[in-house]
Amino acid sequence: MTAPEARPARILIIDDEAPIRRFLRIALEAEGHHVSEAATGRAGIEAAALTTPEAIVLDLGLPDMDGEAVLRELRQWSAVPVLVLSVRADEGGKVALLDAGAQDYVTKPFGIRELLARLRGLLRDRASEPAQGAALTIADLTIDAAARTVTKAGEPVKLTRKEFDLLWLLASNAGRLVTQSMALEHVWGKAHAEDSQYLRVFIRQLRAKIGDDAGNPRYIFTEPGVGYRFASG
Amino acid sequence: MTGSDLRPEPDALLAQAEKEGRGRLKIFLGAAPGVGKTYAMLEAARRRAAEGVDVVAAVVETHGRADTEAMLAGLEVLPKRPHFYRERILHEMDLDGLLMRRPTLALIDELAHSNVEGSRHEKRWQDVEEVLDAGIDVWTTLNVQHLETLNDRVARISGVRVRETVPDAVLELADEIELVDLPTEELIERLRAGKVYVQDQIARAVNNFFSKGNLTALRELAMRAAADRVDAQLQEHMRANAIGGPWPAQERILVAINEAPVARALIRTAKRMADRARVGWIAVTVTSPEAEALPEGDKDTVAGALRLAERLGAEIATLHASGPVATEILDYARRRNVSRILVGRARARPFWNRLGRENVARDLSEAARDFEVTLVSDPKDETPVLSRQGWAVERDPAAYARAAGVVALAGALAWVADAWLPVPSLSLIFMTGVIVVAVRHGLWPSIAAACLSFFAYNFFFTDPRNTFFMIRQDQILTLGLFLVASVLTGNLAARLRERAVAQRAIAERTNLLYDFARQVAGAASSEEVLRAASAHVGAALGCETVLMRPDAFGRPAIVASEPMRDALDLREASAADYAWTRGEEAGRGSGTLPASRWLFVPVSAASRRLAVLGIAWKDGRTFSPVDRRLLDALVDQIAVALERTELQRDLEQSRVASEAERLRSALLSSVSHDLRTPLVSIIGAASSLADPDLALPRAARTEMAETIRDEGERLDRYIQNLLDMTRLGYGALKLKRVPSDLREIAGGARHRLRGALRAHEVVLDVPEGAAAVLVDPLLIEQVLMNLLDNAAKYAPDGTRIDLRARIIGAQMEVSVADHGPGIPAHARARIFDMFYRVAEGDGQRAGTGLGLAIARGIVEAHGGTIRAEPAQADGTGTRIVITLPLVNPEHPE
Repeated sequence: MTAPEARPARILIIDDEAPIRRFLRIALEAEGHHVSEAATGRAGIEAAALTTPEAIVLDLGLPDMDGEAVLRELRQWSAVPVLVLSVRADEGGKVALLDAGAQDYVTKPFGIRELLARLRGLLRDRASEPAQGAALTIADLTIDAAARTVTKAGEPVKLTRKEFDLLWLLASNAGRLVTQSMALEHVWGKAHAEDSQYLRVFIRQLRAKIGDDAGNPRYIFTEPGVGYRFASG
Repeated sequence: MTGSDLRPEPDALLAQAEKEGRGRLKIFLGAAPGVGKTYAMLEAARRRAAEGVDVVAAVVETHGRADTEAMLAGLEVLPKRPHFYRERILHEMDLDGLLMRRPTLALIDELAHSNVEGSRHEKRWQDVEEVLDAGIDVWTTLNVQHLETLNDRVARISGVRVRETVPDAVLELADEIELVDLPTEELIERLRAGKVYVQDQIARAVNNFFSKGNLTALRELAMRAAADRVDAQLQEHMRANAIGGPWPAQERILVAINEAPVARALIRTAKRMADRARVGWIAVTVTSPEAEALPEGDKDTVAGALRLAERLGAEIATLHASGPVATEILDYARRRNVSRILVGRARARPFWNRLGRENVARDLSEAARDFEVTLVSDPKDETPVLSRQGWAVERDPAAYARAAGVVALAGALAWVADAWLPVPSLSLIFMTGVIVVAVRHGLWPSIAAACLSFFAYNFFFTDPRNTFFMIRQDQILTLGLFLVASVLTGNLAARLRERAVAQRAIAERTNLLYDFARQVAGAASSEEVLRAASAHVGAALGCETVLMRPDAFGRPAIVASEPMRDALDLREASAADYAWTRGEEAGRGSGTLPASRWLFVPVSAASRRLAVLGIAWKDGRTFSPVDRRLLDALVDQIAVALERTELQRDLEQSRVASEAERLRSALLSSVSHDLRTPLVSIIGAASSLADPDLALPRAARTEMAETIRDEGERLDRYIQNLLDMTRLGYGALKLKRVPSDLREIAGGARHRLRGALRAHEVVLDVPEGAAAVLVDPLLIEQVLMNLLDNAAKYAPDGTRIDLRARIIGAQMEVSVADHGPGIPAHARARIFDMFYRVAEGDGQRAGTGLGLAIARGIVEAHGGTIRAEPAQADGTGTRIVITLPLVNPEHPE
């Protein structure tokens, strides 16, 4: 699998650790991006306003303000995709960040490939996303949104309405994180945003029907306690 | 009675609950020896054993009777334990053996038995209580004349008083009473046939005791005692189950006692009244300045009577009267809902002794209009009692010598005054002298002075002078009156004096308590409290004291003593142990191990037992009630003070524990968060280099590799810091002092840190010549690296860091100053603590939080100091200043 060529973008790195900024800058510039840096949360917010980046890599541990506070402030006036660098191992912290408006996260320490893959997911042009009614093919799985049918290696897979909705949500966000609450709200409605056991049951059924093994997933990857991610390409 | 009153009474439920978990007590009650109590008990026990119950005969006295011995066959008999007493071997029940054996049911014959001196308890019923406490059921036997309150009546009926008595409360403890009854004629028949074993006193009066009339009366008593008990059980049941009934308001009977011999009879009467009326009772004694002046024997009488009352189940109280005693008693009685007051009839006294003395009984019956007052007289106490108060003979010859001196002085004055005054008036001079003697030295010297004065006056001043011969009748009368007046005033003055002395004693005790309170208020540790306490108790009571707290094995060990001692003998130690484990008094004057020289009192607060106080007098006396009261007050104060220090210690411990917890979590966060930070760069950079898809230019590759190197070094420093800290913590840091050039050390630190210092300008200001110091260069380099690393971490990129060194006096001062935001004043002292960082939380800079703590450890190991201060004129920036003493290279340590 070769990495698809990414469109050059303006990326802002907010991290107080100079060595981290340094290797991120080198790696991102090698990918063809334009990189700006900020060492504090305050400077980061200012840089975001001045340089209008297309994505932000935000470290949570900043000396002057909490990364989550930076995120909330950004979200008041900007929808720019944010990738969070987190040392937090706790699910609650990650969920809180995603709820606060982060699109995705990477847990430190991380390999550069993982970070670049996440960034690509964020940077993929919203306009190029599959519209409702289009068909999606991922590996041997073809999902037709208009006909609401799924075939695996040519064989039709019978899905219920809700199972199809869930699969379409995940597949149309391939490579991106879909949090539990996002999935629940989208498929079952706002009232069920907390009922994660529904989701687990449906994911299990879905995996069984499309022939995915939770122990060795090909399509649906679990981010424990946070959500799911559909394989990209 | 309304519905809401039909709740079970808490007290009744509590009593029932207390019984649960205890063994059950069954008493086989008989009217006289020989009715077959032991036989009945064994018969029942055999049935139980046959049912499979684990029965052990702990003590069964068969007195050699064959039929009884036959009943014993087949039951497990606990071997007795030999006691060596006055060169004789006596056998007693093996209490510890029984407790270890732990049968379901223990047979313990003859509840009223007194144990041989030196046993754990004075009386067998105390053994039984302990066995019951251990959850073992007990069956026992008892003759009715051994009941404490019936003792008087049995004595009156039979003319025989038994020494061995059992408190009535024990009977109330019994869950079941079986009356073993035998018709009187049959008992007499058995006696004639020699089937009855008779013991000690009864044996002496055997014919008297076993008369038909006596036995009938005793049988009735036994039946009534059993019936009363059944009645009490019924009431208890009704109360516990809230069965409505005309329960009287909780009235009480109050019995007031003093040193009069009637006290014990009063107590017994009160107990019987209270039992009959089913109400509580209170025994009070009133202390006053007069009571303070009582001879020791009388104080013992009062203390003994109060102890008896307590044993019989009374609440006891000591009141303090400054005014009339009767008023004090009545006030107390009204407060406590007392309905009836018992008081002893006033003793007959000589008229002079009644002067100025309160007749409490009369005052009470006059003033107590809302009470029923019962006067009790002691049948044996018909003879007038001379109050010994004020009549104690003064034995100090000096007092008499001074009395004689005063008379001589009065004589000399009279000699001079003789020229102006008529002869009868001269007697007034002598009278003055007598009063002076009475006030200063008490009654007997004043009587001596009166007699001397009488003779001196007679000899020198009445005509014919210089003879003892008197002519005029009026002079004889004058002299007679003179003598009487002397004795009366002397007596009054002496009493006044005694009262003043007693008042002073009270004041002294109050002061003592106050001093003690003040002293322990400042005590920081339990040991200090105990030391102060032992000194004070010793001083207050004039006794030896020890204060003990449990050692590592939970046994009380001496913490403080007065005078110094570090061990007690075995018997005392076991008494102390008993007092500690059971929370009851033990030792001299108590019911447990009374043969020991020491009395041990537990010091407890509401929630826990704190210590044991032991006291002993050299002369082996026991307490007066006043001493007892003082001791109780002191024990209370010790308890309060100890509890305070214990709470303080607990607080301190939990603070230390939470500090340790904080350090541990800080260490964990350091390892998980801060050590990982360099790894982020290392893994990120390495994965970038390794990624074939990433087209990195040559310069970028070099930069990535440098990042990996720098961050690897940083990681190494962190780990080094953690190791150093452990070494510092264990005191394993060894200085290798060598003459070193500080400029060289500083240069080395800067070079090693060049990666971290890349964005800052470091300016060294270390004069070459002044820089030779005797230090451990490796460790000082570590210090400087930590300081420079910190400065680079907190100061913005592109700013300047100054490293300066100067010799000031006998010290080398080295400082590292930056242009960072600075450290708030309140945090400056704490930044050298382990894991302390000014900005806590996730926003902290990477770093173990150990750097400054290690710097301090190393600097202090060199005998130096370290501090933080603002670096710049506007208060921003941080300057860390270390001072190192300049050690003479020829004498390094």
